Amino acid sequence: MQPAILPFPDSYTTPGRDALLRMLRFMKLHRAIEDRLEIAYRQGKLVGPLFVGRGQEAIGVGAGILLEADDAIFPSHRDLGAFLTKGVTPLQIFLQYLGRRDGPTRGRDGNLHMGDWSHRVGSFISHMGDTVPVAAGVAFAFKARNQPQVVLCFNGDGATSRGDWHEGLNIAAVLRLPVVYICVNNGYAYSTPLSQQMAVETVAERASGYGMPSQRVDGNDILAVHRTVEAAIQRARAGDGPSFVECVTYRMTGHGAHDPADYVPRAFLEEGERNDPIRRFLNWLDQSSRVSPFDVDVIDRSIEAEVEKAWAEAEAAEAPSGPETLLGVYAEGA
Amino acid sequence: MITYIEAIRQALFEEMRRDPDIFLIGEDIGNFGGAFKATQGLLEEFGPMRVVDAPIAEAGFTGLSIGASMMGMRPIVEFQFSDFMSCAFDQITNFASTTHYRMGVPVPVTFRAPTGGGFNGGPFHSQCPEMYYVHTPGLKIVAPATVYDAKGLLKAAIRDDNPVIYFEHKHLYRRLKEDIPDDDYVVPIGKASVRLSGNDLTILTYGAMLHVCFAALDRIPDSEGAVEIIDLRTLKPLDEETILASVKKTGKVLIVHEDRQTGGLAGELAAIVADKAFEFLDGPIRRVTAPDTPVPYAPPLEHFYLPNEEDVANAVTELLDY
Repeated sequence: MQPAILPFPDSYTTPGRDALLRMLRFMKLHRAIEDRLEIAYRQGKLVGPLFVGRGQEAIGVGAGILLEADDAIFPSHRDLGAFLTKGVTPLQIFLQYLGRRDGPTRGRDGNLHMGDWSHRVGSFISHMGDTVPVAAGVAFAFKARNQPQVVLCFNGDGATSRGDWHEGLNIAAVLRLPVVYICVNNGYAYSTPLSQQMAVETVAERASGYGMPSQRVDGNDILAVHRTVEAAIQRARAGDGPSFVECVTYRMTGHGAHDPADYVPRAFLEEGERNDPIRRFLNWLDQSSRVSPFDVDVIDRSIEAEVEKAWAEAEAAEAPSGPETLLGVYAEGA
Repeated sequence: MITYIEAIRQALFEEMRRDPDIFLIGEDIGNFGGAFKATQGLLEEFGPMRVVDAPIAEAGFTGLSIGASMMGMRPIVEFQFSDFMSCAFDQITNFASTTHYRMGVPVPVTFRAPTGGGFNGGPFHSQCPEMYYVHTPGLKIVAPATVYDAKGLLKAAIRDDNPVIYFEHKHLYRRLKEDIPDDDYVVPIGKASVRLSGNDLTILTYGAMLHVCFAALDRIPDSEGAVEIIDLRTLKPLDEETILASVKKTGKVLIVHEDRQTGGLAGELAAIVADKAFEFLDGPIRRVTAPDTPVPYAPPLEHFYLPNEEDVANAVTELLDY
């Protein structure tokens, strides 16, 4: 059966040099932070699990970079780049992973289960798909207050099998809320391939069934992600309701750092390597003569320094004390 | 004189006029005015962005209310029956309840939950599911037993910065009538009320059972002055001060609730009393509750299931004689 996918408007201007460099920097920073975290994990310095988004940097960055300060974002557990585009710093991410007192959750939660509402970054929780209706609620507030802001909400392909995902998409469509749902489809929900999660060919079909435009794109092509999400955001800002973007990508690692991913066919991993979104973007930048090797070198050096400085600062930061467990269960006042 | 459900409706009107950030969402609450008519007339005054008819998607509209509340709005979710909250259990117990703890962001949502039996509603329209939520840190839980409290506790719930579950008892909707003040008042969350003073036995109860307890005492004319009745009003956080002060005075405790026995609030109340007032006790802590079964439909079955005034009177007599 042909999926009932609605086309997006086809007007797009390739970003200028500065914007392209910002994209490249965020993608590389995403990867450098995770490389550093993997070292720490192997050293036994991370107390909890580590879920990296290596190979998926184009999605969080390509979409997140489109947002304005007052727009909200709900990244999923591998979308580190999305956090960075909204102003969350490497230091905050390291503090979170190390469970430090000054981290975004003050040691209450680990990995990318964090938010920073001062930047309008909402927090993912382990229950897949839960943020889908919550993001609709943030969009509802924007609409109720006649504000032009929009919400981006990320989930993996696995989350699209949960009821909350379906209820959330449906209610966002019925109420025509300004939200863009992004599926980071890396083919696997932990160890379970997509073919064992759904009987349709694409996640996009699931979304289009709720009556919203739904588009499938190459998630390792940052400009394809950027272009498509831009159209979806324009639609949301214009008051035309939600859209869905399925970004097809690869998981270049196991589910977490603990998982060797023996169940993933070698060919799929190699295909992911060949499609490394950073390398593809660099090739395009090089071929289109938009940036020079010097530009890239400057980025690499600044990232290396930034990451090492942030890591050292995070490692030196204080852990919370045990009794702080009891604080903050309730909001005070009123 | 107004009814319990009219008090709820008045609170909704008054709060929504006071604060434009308040909106209602739930099933059949707009055009239809709600399954129990608690929201009748609200759509006409406030329009469809503030009285939102939702699809049958409890997790969906509960999640939506959480997101809107994170932006500073004050959503009021109507579950058609408290039984259906289980469909949103994850959003309530994992997302709403932990968001302030994890992110420091308040979630000021009020969940209205029409609860309880007594009208042959059967297994899925009659339950008292409060304990699933009493167990969850980050939630507050109230259960008004009077018309005055129905209005005052709802206003307090709406103005609270935390997720509050408001268990309104369906059996009381149109049976209770009271004169209540015209002025804007709230009943503070976390404060129990001593409904009857006595010296020899404390009854701890809440919701519709408050009235069953009073009816039970009518059957024991010589209990006058002996029995103290405490209406908990708030189930989380419990008003330990009022509870313990009474127990220390009377030395005996009977706990009455409509919810089932195992894992019911009575167990927690008994533990608190045993922990903190053990040396004041002159008898066993007794419970009158529903049995550990689903809520049955047929009148003789439901009558057997629900704690009634005879059950309470027997327990009172037994404890007074102990």
